[in-house]
Amino acid sequence: MGQSLSLAKSRFHYILRRVIQGLLVVLAIVILSFLLLQLAPGDAAEVLAGEAGAATPEYMDQLRRKFGLDKPPYVQLLAYVQNVITLDIGYSFRHNMPVLNLILGRLGPTLLLMGTAFVLSTGSGMLLGLLASMRVNSWRDNLISILALVAYATPLFWVGLMLILLFSIRLDWFPTSGMETVAAFYEGWNRVVDIAYHLVLPAITMSLFYLAIYTRLMRASMLEQASMDYVTAARAKGLTERQIAFKHILRNAVLPVVTMAGVQAGSLVGGSVIVESVFAWPGLGLLAFESLFARDLNLLLGIFIFSAVLVVVMNLIVDLVYTILDPRIQVR
Amino acid sequence: MMDLWWRFSRNGAALLGLFILLGVIGLALAAPLLYPESPFRVVGKPFLAPFSDYLFGTDVLGRDIAAGIAHGARTSLLIGFLATVVAVCVGTLIGGFAGYYGGWIDDALMRLTEFFQTIPSFIFAILLVAILTPSIKSIIIAIAAVTWPPIARLARGGFLATRHREFIQACVCLGMSNLRVMFRHILPNCVSPIIVTGSLMVATAILIESALSFLGLGDPNIMSWGFMIGAGRSFLRTAWWVCTIPGLAILLTVLAINLLGEGLNDALNPRLRNL
Repeated sequence: MGQSLSLAKSRFHYILRRVIQGLLVVLAIVILSFLLLQLAPGDAAEVLAGEAGAATPEYMDQLRRKFGLDKPPYVQLLAYVQNVITLDIGYSFRHNMPVLNLILGRLGPTLLLMGTAFVLSTGSGMLLGLLASMRVNSWRDNLISILALVAYATPLFWVGLMLILLFSIRLDWFPTSGMETVAAFYEGWNRVVDIAYHLVLPAITMSLFYLAIYTRLMRASMLEQASMDYVTAARAKGLTERQIAFKHILRNAVLPVVTMAGVQAGSLVGGSVIVESVFAWPGLGLLAFESLFARDLNLLLGIFIFSAVLVVVMNLIVDLVYTILDPRIQVR
Repeated sequence: MMDLWWRFSRNGAALLGLFILLGVIGLALAAPLLYPESPFRVVGKPFLAPFSDYLFGTDVLGRDIAAGIAHGARTSLLIGFLATVVAVCVGTLIGGFAGYYGGWIDDALMRLTEFFQTIPSFIFAILLVAILTPSIKSIIIAIAAVTWPPIARLARGGFLATRHREFIQACVCLGMSNLRVMFRHILPNCVSPIIVTGSLMVATAILIESALSFLGLGDPNIMSWGFMIGAGRSFLRTAWWVCTIPGLAILLTVLAINLLGEGLNDALNPRLRNL
């Protein structure tokens, strides 16, 4: 009883420490964006106002005052941090909207796409790795390994285009772009089906690269665990190979995959820029792509800060899952 | 060295990778001879199919795709190689100092490394290129800025493991400067995993470069595979080859480098081969 209480306490301390670390990372991200803003040509007000000429002179003056551009750099930094922390990350003249509203409006589709790709890549990657590791060097293992190798080497955007070419243009199975058939005005269940239909190709494209990584990782990790003493002990007990693989090896082999899942969080955001711009999926990534074209650096910077915070949060969640899966990791 | 080559040459996949990569390097070197004119030059009607007048056909403006592939090979290899060199140098310096000095220097540098691993790297690269305006230099900086952390961790581990060995203590007793100990005596002892990881990073760098130029962030004066795919994507329905062929070129090159890198890894660490 006393032990479980102290365990809960130490887990709480662990979580608290991770949250504080996460907040520090967020602060560092804001400072990094400030430095990036200094790198840009022209002064910060010009960048913040989007392309030159789009903003009124009055607004530019107001911006310069607000960010204290006539003051020393550290004052500017403080002003910038203060603005970002109060969630004021500027105004996009292109879209005639505050950046934060733009980002929040596009968040849903991106989370849907990222979530689906995440589940798809971890799930099928672990399954394929497991299948490959159960009969090493069989034709099945070789086929899976070769496919993983090829998927690992293929540029995401090209996969997307080839899938469109094959499944949308030639076979006409799936729509080429967008998230739903706007003109159809579907409602309720029909709308869900329609969105799922649009989701298939982008989700496959986005999950392919990490699917390859998970497959290879899972295979290597299963093989590594298979040579451990506890496996010999289980075999000596007379368990079947299937029981050993599923009940004993799997639990241990899955840990490196969870670690990788934390890393994937960051690159999912990056992948969404590419995948969304290929499939015209109306999320954050497409917004980043559009802002690139409009040279709306401030919007891009806002997306960077926002997605970085998103990654910090996702990493936090992965860490929590990790402590639940492997009690040994706990608390240091 | 002979032993290394022998172990390497028994690995069929790695040899295949070596041959493909040599082919791509040969193509890159021969590009100015094969296609002396600019790859942006219009040579004929738009959308000529492959194997007609031109080996790989022409694109939307009537540019020769084969010329683009040859010149694109130069761009991909050059940027992939240079960006990796920069990333390996930065990573080795940071990891080396962290591992050698330890203490608060180690803490600070490793927090920095973790920070760069946390931020969404591709968006960071996009942001850097967009702010520095697209050019070969800014693309190399952006790729290096997002790929150095694994090298730093690796170098730190190597320096940490070697620092307390007896011959290093001997170097210190001889009164050698810290820098000399670090880079003349420790580095050669932990350089092989750095080289293997670096060789695999060339593949990553090529993928990032192609993605950047696909999004329109490539150097506007230089032909690259990603740019060709980006320019052809709107015409997928009419001319499939404009996107397909450069993509295959990227796929083959990256695959070859991965096979080669893994073969190198297996040859250097024979114990791990069966894993």
